[in-house]
Amino acid sequence: MSKVEPGRVNEQEHLEFEGMDISGHWNRMFEQRVIWQHDTGALDRVTAITGAESLGYCYQCGKCTPACPVDAVGDYSPRKIFRRTQLGADLLDSPDLWLCTTCMNCLRVCPKEVNMISIMPAVREVAVAAGKVPPELQKAFENTFQHGNPMGEPARKRADWIAEAGAPVRLMPREKGPVDVLFYTECYWSYHPRGKDAARAFARVMAELGTDWGILGPEEKCSCDSQRLAGEKGLFEMVAEQNIATLDKYEFKRLVTPDPHAYNAFRNEYPKLGAEYPVQHYTQFLAPLMERLPWKRKLSYKVTFHDPCYLGRHNGEYDAPREMIRAIPGLEFTEMFRCKAQGYCCGGGGGGMWLDGFTAGHVSERLSERRVKEAVETGAEVLVVCCPYEVSRFEDAVKSTGNEGRLIVRDVIELVDEALHA
Amino acid sequence: MGKVLVYVETTGDTVAPVTFELLAAARALGGEVEALVAAPDPGLVAAQLGGADTILTMAHPALAPYLPEAHVAALAEAIKSRNPDTVLVGSTSTGIDVAAGAAAASGRPLVAYCLGLEPDGGAVVARSQVYGGKLVATTRTEGPAIFAVLPGAFKDAAGRAGGKGQRALLEPPAALGALHTRFVSASEPEPGIDITRAERLVSVGRGIGGPENLELAEELAQALGAEIAASRPVVDSGWLPRQRQVGKSGMTVKPKLYFAVGISGAPEHLEGMRDAELIIAVNSDAAAPIFEVAQYGTTCDLFDLLPALSERLKAATG
Amino acid sequence: MHIAVVLKQVPDLVEELEIDSAGTDIDRSFLKMKLNEFDDHALEQAVLLKESAGAQVTALALDSDGVDQVLHSAVARGADKAIKVAAGDGPFASRQAAPALAAAIRSLNVDLVLTGVQAADDVFGQTAPFLAAELGWPHVSVVSGVEPAGSAVRVRQEYSGGRMAVLEVDTPAVVGVQAAPQSPRYVPISRLRQVMAGGPPESVTATAGAAPAGTMVVALAKPEQAGGAEMISGSTDQVAERILALLSERGLLRG
Repeated sequence: MSKVEPGRVNEQEHLEFEGMDISGHWNRMFEQRVIWQHDTGALDRVTAITGAESLGYCYQCGKCTPACPVDAVGDYSPRKIFRRTQLGADLLDSPDLWLCTTCMNCLRVCPKEVNMISIMPAVREVAVAAGKVPPELQKAFENTFQHGNPMGEPARKRADWIAEAGAPVRLMPREKGPVDVLFYTECYWSYHPRGKDAARAFARVMAELGTDWGILGPEEKCSCDSQRLAGEKGLFEMVAEQNIATLDKYEFKRLVTPDPHAYNAFRNEYPKLGAEYPVQHYTQFLAPLMERLPWKRKLSYKVTFHDPCYLGRHNGEYDAPREMIRAIPGLEFTEMFRCKAQGYCCGGGGGGMWLDGFTAGHVSERLSERRVKEAVETGAEVLVVCCPYEVSRFEDAVKSTGNEGRLIVRDVIELVDEALHA
Repeated sequence: MGKVLVYVETTGDTVAPVTFELLAAARALGGEVEALVAAPDPGLVAAQLGGADTILTMAHPALAPYLPEAHVAALAEAIKSRNPDTVLVGSTSTGIDVAAGAAAASGRPLVAYCLGLEPDGGAVVARSQVYGGKLVATTRTEGPAIFAVLPGAFKDAAGRAGGKGQRALLEPPAALGALHTRFVSASEPEPGIDITRAERLVSVGRGIGGPENLELAEELAQALGAEIAASRPVVDSGWLPRQRQVGKSGMTVKPKLYFAVGISGAPEHLEGMRDAELIIAVNSDAAAPIFEVAQYGTTCDLFDLLPALSERLKAATG
Repeated sequence: MHIAVVLKQVPDLVEELEIDSAGTDIDRSFLKMKLNEFDDHALEQAVLLKESAGAQVTALALDSDGVDQVLHSAVARGADKAIKVAAGDGPFASRQAAPALAAAIRSLNVDLVLTGVQAADDVFGQTAPFLAAELGWPHVSVVSGVEPAGSAVRVRQEYSGGRMAVLEVDTPAVVGVQAAPQSPRYVPISRLRQVMAGGPPESVTATAGAAPAGTMVVALAKPEQAGGAEMISGSTDQVAERILALLSERGLLRG
C-alpha cells in the first residue's frame, strides 16, 4: 500500500458536512495505521519456505489454541506462533520450532487450513541445514544415520528380542521364501526393554493364530517418519530408499507394523518415493482375528485407551484397537474425555521423542504426565496403548506424577497375551 | 634388560607424578636406569630423581617453557648418544608429542598406551589399552624401542629412591637453536572452581544429552553437597567450563565420592578419577568401561533416577 | 592458507568387538566403522578456519571400505575437495600410513595439516607426529584451538591439570587436534546426498611404509575384570533407595 501524501490532503480548519460540524484534526482519519510500520520480513521468510506457506493464512481465530496439547501445558499454539512471527520473532531461532509434536489436532479445527504437519518439517529442515538443531535431536539423527535406529543401538542386535519370545520367529534373511505377513518390528519394539516385552507377546499371539509371518531382523532400519517430521527429510529419503531396496528382496502378502509412525510412513510417504505396500497397523491386522483366539482367562481390569495421533487423527483408525480391547474377556473399558479425533498427545511425535530435555524447559509438565492424570481420572487401573513410543513415555509419567501402584501401562498385545495364558 | 632411559616430564621445577611411575617401571624391568632432564637449568629437577642410577642433564634455554619440537629433539639426542635398550615416556598430553616424535627421529618402534611392562628374556611384553579401553593389546618387542606408559599404571613409590644417583651431562643438539615453534603465553586453570578439592563430585558425561538437562545433575549435586564435574565431550561442547573437566587434559581427582552420570569411561577419563574412594556410575550401556572402575553401577535411566535420588537425599538430609 | 585434514575410520565402539581366530586382531568381517571422533574435530577446526580466515580445505583419507562416505561427509561439512589415497590393502598402523599420506600431502602444497590427536586403534603410535616426521615439519599435538598468524599458526595446547599454553608454529606444520572450539556441526543428509551424487572422490596412489619392525601384537583380549561394579537393578525407586543406603552407610550424605 502506498503511503498517504499529506500534500494531497485538502486540510480544513472547520468542515460542515450535510449540516453537521465534523471539524477535527485531519489525520485522525488519514494517518497510516501503525501496523504498516512493522517489518513483516520474519513472517515472509517463513512463508517463503516451500511447505510453510500456510502459516500466512492464519487469521488468528484462536480455535487451535485450546486444541493444542502443548498449549495445555505451556504457552504455545499455531496462532501464537503466527503472531510471534508476524511481530518479528525469527521462528528458526525460537524454541517454538521444536515444541510441535505434529499431533494434527490444530489442523482438525483450523478454518484456514494452516497445516503444521507441513509447516513444521519444512521450517525445521531449513533450521537443520543452518546447523540449528537441539543436541538431543542431532544425536538421534546421527544414530539413525550410523546405526539405523535413533537410540544408537547396534544394528546387529535388532532381532535379539526373539531369543526370549517363547515362540518361533522367522528371520527372513536366514529363512528365505515368501511369507504372508512381513512384520516391520520398528526400533522401540526391537530395542526398548518394554517394547521387547510387547514384541515377544506379539510373537506368542501370532503363534496361537498360526500365522505365517517373519521379520527382517538386522536388515530392517527405522522407517524414519519422525525424523522426517523433525526436519531431516534427507535422512528420511536415504533410509527409506534403503528400506525399499530391502523390502524389494522379499515376497510378502502384507506389511504389518506395531508403530503408527511406520504405518504412516508406509501408507502415506513411501508411495511418494514410488513404493506402495499393502500395510496395516497390527491392531488392524489382529482385530478381525480376535474371535479365533483361545482365551484362557478373564482379565478383570478397569482400562482406558490412548489413541496414537498417527493411527487416529493422521490415518483415521479409531476402531481396531477398541475392537481388540472389547474382545479381551473381562476388561471394563472407559473412554477418557479426550479421545478419538480429539485425543490428547503423548508428546513423542514429530521428533518429540528425542526432545524431552529440550521440551521440559518450555512446559509446566510433560504431555505424557497430563495424559496419565486424565487416565487416572477415569478410574482405570490400566492405560492401554498401541504405539511403541507410548509405553515408556507413560510409564515414566506414572512414576513422576506419583501414580505408581494406581495405574499401569500396557500395550494392547500384552493384555491379549495375558488373557491367552492361564 | 640392558639400559632403560626415562624421559622426565616437568612443570616448571616440579617433576610430574608420572615420571616417578616410569622410574618404578624402569626399576622393575631391571638393568641400568637413566633419566633425562632436559631444561634450561636441570639442577633442581635432577635433585628430585632418587630413583635413577644416572641422571642425564641437558641444559638449553629453549627447553622451557615446554615446546614439543625442542623436547623431541632433546630426547632423540639422548637416545642417539646413550643408546638405551628401552625408552619410557609418560602417555600424557605432552608424552604424545614426545614419544612418537622421538620414535620417528630415532627410527625405533613405539608401543603406546601401556598399562604394564614385563621383561621376557631380552624382549619386553607390554599390555596396552586400545579401542577406548574395551580391549587390551599385548605386544612383544625385541630390540630397542620406546614405550608410552599410561599414568597410574605403576606405583610411584618404587621410583622415588634406590638409584645410584650418578650424573652425566649431555650436549644439547644444534636443532634447539633453530626451532620452528615459539612459546606465546600460558594459562593456569581459572581460580574459583577447584574440583580437585571437592570431597564429592557429581560428574556428567555425554549421556546427559544436552545442556538443558544439566539441572538434573546440579540438583543431585546440591542434595549431596557435591561439586559438578564433567567428561571432556561435555566441556568441549561448552556445556560446562573447562575447570570442571576430569581426565587426561583436565583434572585428576580423588574425591570420597565420584558419582558418574552418563559417562561411558574413555581411558582418558578413567585416568583422572579411578582413584576416587567410592565410584558409583549410572550409564545406559551395561558394557561401558566406567563399570570396570566403579564399585557400584546401574543402567537405570538417568533421567528417572537423578530426580528420584535427589528427592530422597533431600528428604534424608533435611 | 591451504589446510589438509587427514581422516581415518575406526571401529564403532557401540558394536561389540570380536577377536579374530588368531587372537591378535579384531574380527574385521562384520565391523561397523565410523570417523575417528578426534578427526571429526580436526575437520571442524579446518572448516572454522576456512570460515574465519578463508582457507582452502582438502580432506584426505587412506582408501578403505566405506571411506567414500567419510570423504563425502567432509565435503558436505565444508571441505573444498576430498582425496582418497590408495595404498593397498590395510589396515595400516599409523606409522605405515604416514609415508603414503605424506606423499599425497606433498603434492598438494599445503600450509597446515590437521588430524585427530589419536585414534582408538593406534597402539603403535599416533598419526600426527609420524606424519610430521615424514614431512619434516614441526608438530604440536593435543591442540584445542588453531588460529592463523601470518606465516605461522597459533595453537592452544592442553596439559594435565587444566593448564594450557599458546604456541606459535611456523607453517607448514602438522597439528594433532584434541577438540575444535565448537562441537562438530551436523551435516544434513540432503547435503551429503548431493555430494554423493557427484561421484566418488578423486583417488591417488601412494606407497605405505613397512610394518613396525621389532614389535608385534601377540594377543588382543577384553580387559580382565578387576572385580568390576556391582550392578544395582530394579525399579528406579529401588535403585535410588539402594544408592541412598550406600551413601548413608559410608557417611557420604551431606552433613
